[in-house]
Amino acid sequence: MTDWIYVVTFYGVAGVALLGALGVLFLRNLFHAGLSLMLSLFAVAALFVMLGAEFLAGVQVLIYVGAVAVLILFAVMLTQRITSRSARQYTRALVPAFLVVVVLAAATVLVVWKVEIPPLGTMPGTSAIEELADLLLSTYLLPFEVISLLLLGALVGAIVLARKEERK
Amino acid sequence: MTITPLHFLALSLLLFGIGLLVVLTRRNAIGILMGVELMLNAVNVGLVTFDRVYGPAWLDGQLFSLFVITVAAAEAVVGLALILAIYRARGTVAVDDLRELRG
Repeated sequence: MTDWIYVVTFYGVAGVALLGALGVLFLRNLFHAGLSLMLSLFAVAALFVMLGAEFLAGVQVLIYVGAVAVLILFAVMLTQRITSRSARQYTRALVPAFLVVVVLAAATVLVVWKVEIPPLGTMPGTSAIEELADLLLSTYLLPFEVISLLLLGALVGAIVLARKEERK
Repeated sequence: MTITPLHFLALSLLLFGIGLLVVLTRRNAIGILMGVELMLNAVNVGLVTFDRVYGPAWLDGQLFSLFVITVAAAEAVVGLALILAIYRARGTVAVDDLRELRG
């Protein structure tokens, strides 16, 4: 990809994604952090479009931005007392945590540096979605069915855990 | 100037690192869950990048991240339900206040 529009778009979208992620890290108010997470997730959906994964971008917006992030915001609002201004928001282990992340990132860079990665292939056409559906209902049929069971279990489990106890 | 897969992978690593920092430093369990979501997303960026690199004939990367998104949604639902139950029982969701099991 040599198109300068692609380059500019990439840096813009990547900047928004990083900005959102940094907001999750640094915003003291947890509700604002949740909104920042939404921004980052949306930017990642845009990245998926840039990588030619349109279906995944749609799924990302519907499930992550539309459902998971909203659910997190609801949970923040339901447990509002702990987001008060006076409450301490960070643990004391800031420096060790930072060191762990730096070491992990350095190790990853060292490994990836040694691998020869070919350039981005050609942009796939719209037939990719069709192929995705075919694969999901042929090669990957078993995981597809198992994940429906997982979702059912999560649904029932969440209802059982979150409902109020009945007094006898 | 061109965009190579390394650009996408670098972004993925940065997002993963920030997510890990959130998980390790936030005291609030919901904040930690946000960090986990960030990390899962970063991994998805990496998966889709490799999917694109190894050609249109190979869609396993996209499929895998599809499954990751689904499992992440289930994880978020159960995790938040657990956090709400803990909040109701203890009145706090700060992870270092929950130390009943400490010897």
